[in-house]
Amino acid sequence: MVKVLSIISISVIPTIITIILVHGYIKGVALYDVFVEGAKEGFTTAIKIMPYLIAIFVAIGIFRRSGAMEIMVNIFAPITNIFGIPNEVLPLVIMRPISGSGSLGVVQDIVSTYGADGFIGRVASTMMGSAETIFYTMAVYFGAVGIKNSRHTLSAALLSHVAAVIASVMVCRLVFGS
Amino acid sequence: MINYIWFFLIFIGILVAIFTGNIEAINSTVIEDTQSAVMFAIGLIGIMAVWLGMMKIAEKSGLINSFSKALRPITNFLFPDIPKNHPALSAIVMNMVTNMFGAGNSATALGIKAMEEMNKLNNDKKRATNAMCMFLIINMSSVQLVPLTVLKIRADAGSLNPTEIIGTSLVATTVSTVVGIISAKILQNRR
Repeated sequence: MVKVLSIISISVIPTIITIILVHGYIKGVALYDVFVEGAKEGFTTAIKIMPYLIAIFVAIGIFRRSGAMEIMVNIFAPITNIFGIPNEVLPLVIMRPISGSGSLGVVQDIVSTYGADGFIGRVASTMMGSAETIFYTMAVYFGAVGIKNSRHTLSAALLSHVAAVIASVMVCRLVFGS
Repeated sequence: MINYIWFFLIFIGILVAIFTGNIEAINSTVIEDTQSAVMFAIGLIGIMAVWLGMMKIAEKSGLINSFSKALRPITNFLFPDIPKNHPALSAIVMNMVTNMFGAGNSATALGIKAMEEMNKLNNDKKRATNAMCMFLIINMSSVQLVPLTVLKIRADAGSLNPTEIIGTSLVATTVSTVVGIISAKILQNRR
């Protein structure tokens, strides 16, 4: 099952590229010329998002490395107890929406401290596999097109994150027992 | 919103660093994290160029048209404001596919393309459209089928069955995506 899935994962990009090229070839598109024409935009787009990336990397970096993140975790600890979320995975709950590489580090830490096959390790792994970095994604995508007012994006994304956290705990409890 | 979050992340971070005598950490963050942001953006140039080139071919060959036709029932529900056959739809779908299969940088490139296409339909260029919000919310709540890095961490930690969390992750991610879509549909009608 896993092997099949990972083979699919590896072959998805070559498959898409092959389909696009073969289809274009059959339809008589000047492949090379058209590709170059499109590729030209790549440079400007990547450069355009750079300032947004820098802004968000610096802010998150300072927040994390100053120790402010840890303090925030301690403040939020009593609230999450209500949902039956184990205290140990709390750093992950808070880190996950903020920083992808940061939360990977947290998972690593949790798994090596409490064991990968215990309840806490499984919940942490499930959570990591079921949520995405919110602030970074919003900064990059909205930044790329210069949107200032993101409206309900953040609130809906946070609701969905909370749902992912609660679902992770409940599913792990159902599947593995606690 | 982002203005406040950004300010408070930095301001609180610096305050904490001062009180804990950790002020040196700020200096190294400013130097190192900005550099990794620049490296990331530069690294994105190549993959952006490849996907934008591929998208251009697919557009000219008519593949995008037939592709978005097939997915119309889903995209109509999620993005009712985007016209049929609009290039935004195919960029959105391709972003979702690459995202699911864990091709992070390709997904980012296609996602930015999708945002640019959606912005062409936007009357108020400073304000996100319903379609943009929906797209980002789905993007942020749906994740790869095989979370390879997590599996690697578990295997390294000596797990007897590192892959046992794939199923639970899929369930949790489905729940979060559904909650995200419903929240977006409800919240978009306010104001």
